[in-house]
Amino acid sequence: MIVRAADRVLVMGITGKQGTFWTERMQAYGTRVVGGTNPQKAGATHCNVPVFATARDAMGGTAFDVAVLFIPPLMVKEAALDAIEAGAKGLVVLTEHIPVQDVMCFVAAARERSIWILGPNTAGAVTPGECFAGFMPAFNERIFRKGSIGVISRSGSLGVLFCLNVVQAGYGESAFLGIGGDPIIGTTTREALTALDRFPGTEAIVMVGEIGGSMEEEAADYARTMSKPVIAFIAGGAAPEGKKMGHAGAIVMGNKGSYASKRSALEAAGVTVLDTPSAVGAALKVRLGH
Amino acid sequence: MNFEEHAAKPLLAAQGIAVPRGELAQTPDEAATIAARIGPVVIKAQVPAGKRGKAGGIRLAASPEEARSHARAIIGMAIAGHRVDTVLVEETVPIERELYAAVLNEPSSKGPLVMFSTAGGMDVEEVAASAPERLKRRPIDIRRGFSRADAGVLVQDAGIGAAEGAVADVVARLYQAYRAYDAELLEINPLALTRDGRVLALDCKFVMDDCGIVRHPDIARTGTPEKLTGLEARAKAAGLKYIDLDGNVGVLANGAGLTMTTMDMVRHHGGRPANFLEIGGEAYTQARPALEMLLSKPGIRSLVVNFCGAFARTDVMSQGVIEAIEALKPRLPIFFSVHGTGDEEAIRLLKDRLGVTPLPTMDEACKAAVGAAR
Repeated sequence: MIVRAADRVLVMGITGKQGTFWTERMQAYGTRVVGGTNPQKAGATHCNVPVFATARDAMGGTAFDVAVLFIPPLMVKEAALDAIEAGAKGLVVLTEHIPVQDVMCFVAAARERSIWILGPNTAGAVTPGECFAGFMPAFNERIFRKGSIGVISRSGSLGVLFCLNVVQAGYGESAFLGIGGDPIIGTTTREALTALDRFPGTEAIVMVGEIGGSMEEEAADYARTMSKPVIAFIAGGAAPEGKKMGHAGAIVMGNKGSYASKRSALEAAGVTVLDTPSAVGAALKVRLGH
Repeated sequence: MNFEEHAAKPLLAAQGIAVPRGELAQTPDEAATIAARIGPVVIKAQVPAGKRGKAGGIRLAASPEEARSHARAIIGMAIAGHRVDTVLVEETVPIERELYAAVLNEPSSKGPLVMFSTAGGMDVEEVAASAPERLKRRPIDIRRGFSRADAGVLVQDAGIGAAEGAVADVVARLYQAYRAYDAELLEINPLALTRDGRVLALDCKFVMDDCGIVRHPDIARTGTPEKLTGLEARAKAAGLKYIDLDGNVGVLANGAGLTMTTMDMVRHHGGRPANFLEIGGEAYTQARPALEMLLSKPGIRSLVVNFCGAFARTDVMSQGVIEAIEALKPRLPIFFSVHGTGDEEAIRLLKDRLGVTPLPTMDEACKAAVGAAR
């Protein structure tokens, strides 16, 4: 799920306001956008690339590797299945508020064909110096700079804050993976951690989690087996129990999904758990020795 | 969205799952009238919370007089912070055995999970901990579904004898109901085998996926509206995510993760956050109404405005904040931290229009706001 410079990107929903705004930024940064979709505007050219009715048409017309979806919630299932059946290698699903059972359908279809999905409810992925897919400020050099730190975040805004702190501390990112704030997502924290662990040029991984669910606990099981240092932050320690904190996935029920449960699982696995986001630079220096 | 028992049971019935005869009562007299029609009844408090029996909210009544007096005792009770306004008056059934069945969303398998247990009537987490061998868990590929034959396999060897076929039928229909209503949880506990050979759902817990509500507007009208404070209701109507907390440091940020972290940092520096308020996603253009609403909350002594733009543009959000401040001229001290998409323009706007410079880090902004609130 790490997007590379050579990957050909299809923007589904390219003609909308956000689709257009972010396609232009992706192109300016170096993302190889080869086409877009809009069933009403097939045959047109938008952002200097051809528009197709469907991903299947696009695959026949131009061929692509990664589909980025700027699609309204109730239409995502159909669009995602279209991209999967077209033979995409991976999908970035940005949309928030997709019914969970719809998500399960396209996640299951993707898993069957070994297609990766980032999201739903993600801000996307950035590979500094190469390309980005989604709506991250990849082009802001105070936030993204080519380097050796892999960053995983459930939240886009908090991911931006951590990348900013990583760069301020004198490091850069090998890749940023936004995995999304929904309760059921295509790529879990553990799966993203595994991908970054195997990604050449990555020396350490910063994992930005949240209360709710058990993804951080599952990632801790993998972190225990890693030789690369892992540094984590868990948002939501001050959140009251039983309330959804903005993200549908961020809710504590009883002890399940609590800050304390995640923190102790991660610490037991040798992960450095930060009290504040600004401590990330100092923690990297300690764990990396440079 | 949660559904109380009386709203959930008709949904099961519509999928062909038998439930006891019963009616809703709002007064002791209504309860007595219903009992006179049905016979011996159970009076059940209707609140969106578990453990009603332990709280005294479920009582048996052999006669209409008893139904009236139990209803009088239960209506007006508080159970887990919810006031009881209505009771369900239901026929009593001769229970032989209590089972458990549920379908829910399971993040780790990324699909639905069907659960079945012969230890009905108990809390399922207790069963999972004390007698895991009695709890069957079957992850489902949602595209394939869960058939009557699959249900038959799940309940065989459970030792329920002649009722096996009827129970498998209920479990298969429960899965159909889960799919039909965009459930995130649909649970029958207990599922009763009666001495007269019936299989009945004696209680039902139903939570609808909030993102699925748009597909079921009629059913959603029978759900329990979330209990909101005045400001929370106002925010919801405006499309904002807001939660009232009891502190005195106001928080405005974009994105759920960043907003939670801002609250965490206020706490970390010894302060108490007054709220959760995020204007991320499509709501990033709503900074002005969001801040105007927050400034109307009594007891706020200082404010942190923390923006990290990805999708949300910090210049657009700052513009909204500036408009709110110029309109309301609040006296309380406000501390900014602004980074990410649009930050150069945002910082220039804040300087030109308000004469303020954001602090270099959110840590410093939170620390300053905590200090100012003391």
